[in-house]
Amino acid sequence: MPEYTFRVNGEQVTVDVPGDVRLLWVLRDILGITGPKYGCGINVCKACTSHLNGKAVNPCAIPVEALQASDEVTTIEGLAATSGQELHPMQRAWLEHDVAQCGYCQPGQIMAAVALVRRAAAEGRAITDDDLDGLRNICRCGTYFRIREAVRAGAADM
Amino acid sequence: MTAPHDELDEGIGRRRFFGYVLAAPTLVTAAGLVPAGPAASPSAAEPPARLPAQDLTELIDLNDLMTAAALPTSGLISVEVRPDGTVSFALPRAEVGQGITTSTAMLIAEELAVPLDRVRITLADARPELIFNQLTGGSNTTIATYTPIRVAAAIARQRLLETAAAELGSPVAGLTLKDGVISDRSGGSVGIGALADKAAVARTRQVSVELAPRQSFTVIGRPHNRIDALDAVTGRKKFTMDLDVPGAQPTMLCRPPTINGKVGSVANLAEVRAMPGVTDAVVVSTGVAVRAATFGQCIDAVRALRVTWKPGTAAGKSDESVLGELRAAELPLGLRPPTPVVEGAFTFYFRSNSALEPNCAIADVRPDRAEIWSALKSPIVAQQAVAVRLGLPPGKVTVHVTEGGGSFGRKLFFDAALEAAEVSQKIGKPVKLMWHRADDSRQGRTHPMATSRVRAAYLGGTVLSYKQRHTSVATDLGHGLGEIITALAARLPVGDIGFSQTFFHLSQSMPYEFGASSHLLSETDKDFNTGSMRNVYSPDVACARELITDQLAARMGKDPYRFRHDFLRDARSRAALAAVAEAGGWGRSMPAGTAQGIAFHSEYKSVSAALVEIDCRPETVNRPIRDGVAGPRVTKAVFAVDVGLAVNPRGLEAQMMGGIMDGIALALTSSLHLRDGYFLEASWDNYFYTRQWNTPPELRIIVLPSTSDEPGGAGELGVAASMAAVACAYGRATGTMPTSFPINHGTLSFTPKPTVPPVPPSPADGLDHAR
Ligand code: FES
Ligand code: FES
Repeated sequence: MPEYTFRVNGEQVTVDVPGDVRLLWVLRDILGITGPKYGCGINVCKACTSHLNGKAVNPCAIPVEALQASDEVTTIEGLAATSGQELHPMQRAWLEHDVAQCGYCQPGQIMAAVALVRRAAAEGRAITDDDLDGLRNICRCGTYFRIREAVRAGAADM
Repeated sequence: MTAPHDELDEGIGRRRFFGYVLAAPTLVTAAGLVPAGPAASPSAAEPPARLPAQDLTELIDLNDLMTAAALPTSGLISVEVRPDGTVSFALPRAEVGQGITTSTAMLIAEELAVPLDRVRITLADARPELIFNQLTGGSNTTIATYTPIRVAAAIARQRLLETAAAELGSPVAGLTLKDGVISDRSGGSVGIGALADKAAVARTRQVSVELAPRQSFTVIGRPHNRIDALDAVTGRKKFTMDLDVPGAQPTMLCRPPTINGKVGSVANLAEVRAMPGVTDAVVVSTGVAVRAATFGQCIDAVRALRVTWKPGTAAGKSDESVLGELRAAELPLGLRPPTPVVEGAFTFYFRSNSALEPNCAIADVRPDRAEIWSALKSPIVAQQAVAVRLGLPPGKVTVHVTEGGGSFGRKLFFDAALEAAEVSQKIGKPVKLMWHRADDSRQGRTHPMATSRVRAAYLGGTVLSYKQRHTSVATDLGHGLGEIITALAARLPVGDIGFSQTFFHLSQSMPYEFGASSHLLSETDKDFNTGSMRNVYSPDVACARELITDQLAARMGKDPYRFRHDFLRDARSRAALAAVAEAGGWGRSMPAGTAQGIAFHSEYKSVSAALVEIDCRPETVNRPIRDGVAGPRVTKAVFAVDVGLAVNPRGLEAQMMGGIMDGIALALTSSLHLRDGYFLEASWDNYFYTRQWNTPPELRIIVLPSTSDEPGGAGELGVAASMAAVACAYGRATGTMPTSFPINHGTLSFTPKPTVPPVPPSPADGLDHAR
């Protein structure tokens, strides 16, 4: 079987798996990295949201063969380390606002929120209501309002 | 054995409760768990209901318990103090996001005077000896467990103090327990961890204890963050599919194109077995199961299977045909009275109670035993059903209750656990079985389609009578809730009627002085996979009632808020309504096409009121949203809640927020469309649960001051008043009372995905969407 090499949460990994297997399953079923969650498998629920080279992606829609050896995948497990702190400011904001209910969607929510704030910062602007409306991650527990508050608070600390 | 019944101590006038110090190597204290169920405790002032004595003696013989130290603590829930100073408790309920592990930890922290972070809550495995008392439903957890958990913790505190008194050489009266440390007046102190072994007893004994009075609470009633929040935000929180059970490989089913269709034949099983990563492919009762190295390979295998299917249970049915069946089953409203009346006929389409975590379970079935892992709200019934399916004695089936990624009624059932057990037995290997989202949406349980007809008669300023006839596709309550109701039915004034009718009677109260009122339920059609959704019948029933209430107010020329305020039965209800009216600025002038709506609902010994503002102007309704629906926007929501005693106000707020999001979805956007025996919706881009673009940017929850010494239910409470308020606001903004829900059901806002193969292909363009 072919081997694919890339980086996950700061470490280089090599997996032996058919190239069309989507990254979500490589992470979860082969590498045992279970922070990214399955909610649809077709890139609509965003529960699996992780970062690829700092940008939000949905690993359920990325064949592992599409990755380069230098590509850095960051899952929720590796987010804190990217901030050099025990917790990323967005995670702290999430705790502060007690956002999670069942928690199933929350890794994806946080990863999407961090990417949104980076995007807005790159455009030199603050988070708007429209930005928040544009977050597509589903939360079936309905934590949306606290997410909005936490994203704003986390953005202020990022 | 006795439940933690209380007796009045004549001397001090306080209630004492009985419980146990159990024989164990470390300090373990316990209390009997009171029966759950909507009627368990008819009024907040009464002591918790308990099982009749003869039932208890069938469960357990106290002598056995007292003489044999190793006997299981049948029927008891126990608190254990560990030598490391932590306190642990296995909660016989399911945590699915509603926050009961946190509120339970708070009860223990309160009575034991230990910091919250030293309380460890786990979920108990199925404990058949608890009979019907391990069911999470009816927003009943806190109502049923509030006293017994505190009793067990209080006994531990008492025992620790007694032990410390001997240790420190000071009388108990001179000791204080704070932050897990017991101190005497002369500066001596000892941590509870150091006392855990010494406080243990060799023979179980019954003791009595007094609970901390409400005035002295320092933990209960104060806002606390969830105890699992850190795990949730770091990805460490483990759900069923995150568990590493040796050999349990990803498993998925190829399911029929119509509801409950059956496998006829499979043309290419051998070919599919040879696909990359695939280890097994077998026909089971609900489809064709495939097991592979990854779920991605399961999806590919499911898509590759060529199956001929037999028709399903709902062959040929559609929204229109079911509506016809419902109309035919509607009970008559009776003769029209000679006075003026307000009438309404409402339709509520099928809705999905799919959680974000799909149905899933791990099963490891061996010839002589089985082990199951799943988020189960009725684990005892699940254990029995799995045992029957496998042909094993129930005692040979171990059922572990895992943390659930949402429930909303879904996890009252155990469809995935049964399937996983069947597949594991058939292939002789452990399986990690998950439903694809498309399966969860199309074949999963639904909230039944229903109609509600209402007639209210009035004269002058008086409402003379209110009749509501609710007609529903049959709701499957075969998960144990039925057992509870049966067990308690003899004590209820409802006579010999079925579970669902009984449940309907229990849950539907009339909060307004509307004269003679009657609510009846009629059910029809058992061809669908149904289950109650969060708040069961109430959102639909309350929505119809509140819309008619607005009509009555209009006929009498009264303001909708004033009218409700005048007709609500009690001060507690009026206070909730007044709270939202004031905080929400009821009656402020608003532009055409926008409006406020207000509604009230009481249930689970709690009261609630919602005020929302909605924007139904075309530019808002038609704002562009990719792969989603916009529709009217709820721009503001204010919700007031009085649950009697709020154990954790922050958790309570969270539950109300979730209830509001559900209410918005039910009123405006979320439903399943039935065509030709199957549901069109196959994923979240078809089923429009509330999203950020539907969320009110302004939202406020008002937790009213505690009005009772006992907590009411909260997990489902927020939905009914929210849905009703949104519907009322929509009616006022558009000038037409809505009668069909959700209001956008008539427009299909997506292109249905194919049913063969049953799951969509995995996209490969993820990198193009990096942002
Ligand atoms: S699982 Fe990846 S977006 Fe839903
Ligand atoms: S917290 Fe449960 S799905 Fe979002």
